[in-house]
Amino acid sequence: MSFPWKFELERRLEVSRWVSWGVPTLSVLAAFFFGGIILSLAGAPPIETYRAMAAGAFGSISEWADGNFFAVTETLVRATPLIFTGLAVAMAFRMLFWNIGTEGQLVMGAIAGTWVAIYLPDLLPWLPQTRWVYIPVGIIAATIAGAFWAFIPAIMKVKLGVNEIISTLMFNYIAILLYQQLYTGPWKDPEGFGFPGSAQFPEFSWFPKFSEIPVLNVLSGRIHFGFIIAVVIAGVLWVVMDKTRRGYEVRLLGENTNAAQYAGISVIKNVLFVMILSGGVAGIAGLSEVAGLGHRLQAGLDVGNGFTGIIVAWIAKLRPLSVVIVAILMAALFVGGDQLQISLGLPSSISSVLQGAILLSVLSGDVFTRYRLKITRVVVGAGVVGEEA
Amino acid sequence: MKRKLFALVAVLAIVAAACGGGSADTTTTTAADTGGGGAAEEPMKVAFVYVAPIGDLGWTYQHDLGRQAVEARFGDKVETTFIENVAEGPDSERVIRDFANKGFDLIIATSFGYMDPTITVAAEFPDTQFVHISGFKNADNVATLFGRMYQPRYLSGMAAGAATESNILGYVAAFPIPEVIRGIDAFTLGAQSVNPDIEVRVVWTNTWFDPPTEKEAAEALLAAGADVIAQHQDTTEPQKAAQAAGAVSISYNSDISEIVGDSVLTGPVWDWGVKYISIIEEMMAGTYDGSESYWGGLSDGVISLAPFSDRVSQETQDAINAKMAEFESGATDVFCGPIVDNEGTEQVAAGTCMDDGSMLGMEWFVKGVSQ
Repeated sequence: MSFPWKFELERRLEVSRWVSWGVPTLSVLAAFFFGGIILSLAGAPPIETYRAMAAGAFGSISEWADGNFFAVTETLVRATPLIFTGLAVAMAFRMLFWNIGTEGQLVMGAIAGTWVAIYLPDLLPWLPQTRWVYIPVGIIAATIAGAFWAFIPAIMKVKLGVNEIISTLMFNYIAILLYQQLYTGPWKDPEGFGFPGSAQFPEFSWFPKFSEIPVLNVLSGRIHFGFIIAVVIAGVLWVVMDKTRRGYEVRLLGENTNAAQYAGISVIKNVLFVMILSGGVAGIAGLSEVAGLGHRLQAGLDVGNGFTGIIVAWIAKLRPLSVVIVAILMAALFVGGDQLQISLGLPSSISSVLQGAILLSVLSGDVFTRYRLKITRVVVGAGVVGEEA
Repeated sequence: MKRKLFALVAVLAIVAAACGGGSADTTTTTAADTGGGGAAEEPMKVAFVYVAPIGDLGWTYQHDLGRQAVEARFGDKVETTFIENVAEGPDSERVIRDFANKGFDLIIATSFGYMDPTITVAAEFPDTQFVHISGFKNADNVATLFGRMYQPRYLSGMAAGAATESNILGYVAAFPIPEVIRGIDAFTLGAQSVNPDIEVRVVWTNTWFDPPTEKEAAEALLAAGADVIAQHQDTTEPQKAAQAAGAVSISYNSDISEIVGDSVLTGPVWDWGVKYISIIEEMMAGTYDGSESYWGGLSDGVISLAPFSDRVSQETQDAINAKMAEFESGATDVFCGPIVDNEGTEQVAAGTCMDDGSMLGMEWFVKGVSQ
């Protein structure tokens, strides 16, 4: 006996104002509701838990009153690599080029940045050892390295038709193994007592912290120059992708490749353009992590920022400025998640489960803004009643 | 489409703001002066940062037993909390700073890779006491804490050396840092003291905690002919692999005979609670030397040897106990010459023993170790 109802998703022809506001609101509420069930099962009071998470991610009014913005700055620090990778993914996905390789491009950028910081001073002793020289050189090197790592799968795609989902994914593992080999082998700190990790970068290659920059020094803590670069790049990409002819071509290619080609837009040129841009931006993410935070190449770089960037880009609808906001909220979820353990004594796995529940609800809610659920009654033996076409 | 996104963001922001607004007191408490925590009504707040989950039945599990011992000993006077699975590197700095920012009086960072982050944060919070386990960098408010684990390592090596038939001992090891190298060397010397033909083969995993990798490394060693597996990791996977292959093992961190039965001969064990309790007592009394480099031996109770399995002969047990008594009395130590390294160079001359400084920086392997 068959189930008497038939469920179908039907594309909405027009997204009404109610739907565009209501569905995301509902899905976020649903996310917190389902998350609350999980928390209750784990023995934690949901409301109090969410409060602790929000306070952990953004701070509380009394902390702000004391001039203590520790929580916010940590969230922005955590958001920085996600902004870069989210932007990188968004650029590529706009033309339906599935760059799953931002993790590897990030790692390559970090490797290039490390090389500049540790080995360039010996190679080019005449180069002035100041931040004004070494930070731009590091950025250029990281951009080239990330772009190069994206260029290879891109050229393989346009010349040989190699599926970029597979090739970019696999290139992640090559980059990660190379990175692990470097910091456990040839680049290991000679004074590190054998513990894996490169030597510490000389200070003239560190990204300045906000506390060292005039005006921005109202924020202390670890927040660094990388966040500024990320926001500036988001602005630049917004202009390039939404306001220029090249951006228009890329969008058109993504929406309808055949029509775009018919209109004389080169696929090859645009794939290469976008992937170099995408890889380059991801490369700077790697540099920002090593030059802004750890000041050495060490374990902990391949923690999935590239993959989280895909979620960020997707929730942000591939829009550069939205990527910044979504990345910050995503980071808040990570940083706030620490509080589940610190303040409430929940096991670390609960915070991953909660993050998963929230993301799943938000992403699946997105389906219902674009599609409507159509339920039709199936009369047994007589096919579907009321079926349109 | 754009509008929808902003709606989502707006909702998230509203929820966040609503939740964040009233939460001032849920997580923050006034910081008490270091050492003065016990005198006031306010309990002393102690935080632990763990590299693996507390269920690893090894390194982190033992630290958490230490934390529980602190709670049991001090009751209301001390409030402890912990965070597990904190990756070494930049992420750990956020966690350590978060605890400091929340006004914890004592923060105990329990993995080698937390060394630089601990030093960095400690410089910003001079009134907070930090204890870093297994490192070598101290500051006015950063004490380092470890045990002379090489002594029980040597003793467990004697049990392994007496048990092997292939004369090949397998050793699953995390990172080639002095702490681990010292353990391998001590284990090898112990094994060679009962059987000079011993060879110790080392596989590096480059991780403290990764159950499948630890298991695979042990299996590779068993396949290469090792019939006793020792390890310097966080879990019990190498010992389980040994048991599954019908071989025996030497444990590390905890007594795991309940898990792998009599296949584990014995093994070095940590008891952190002893030292944690004494640190807190001294802090309450205001007498704690916050920059100490503590390196406790067998007599302190921080380190010991797990009970022997029935498979260790009485003769071997007696020999090990006799040696242990010599270590405890200070009559002898593990790294007393002549000791030759595995490249043939004499590292310790006959009649001399290594001092603490050279042991802490040990970077060579004794003869008989192959990696």
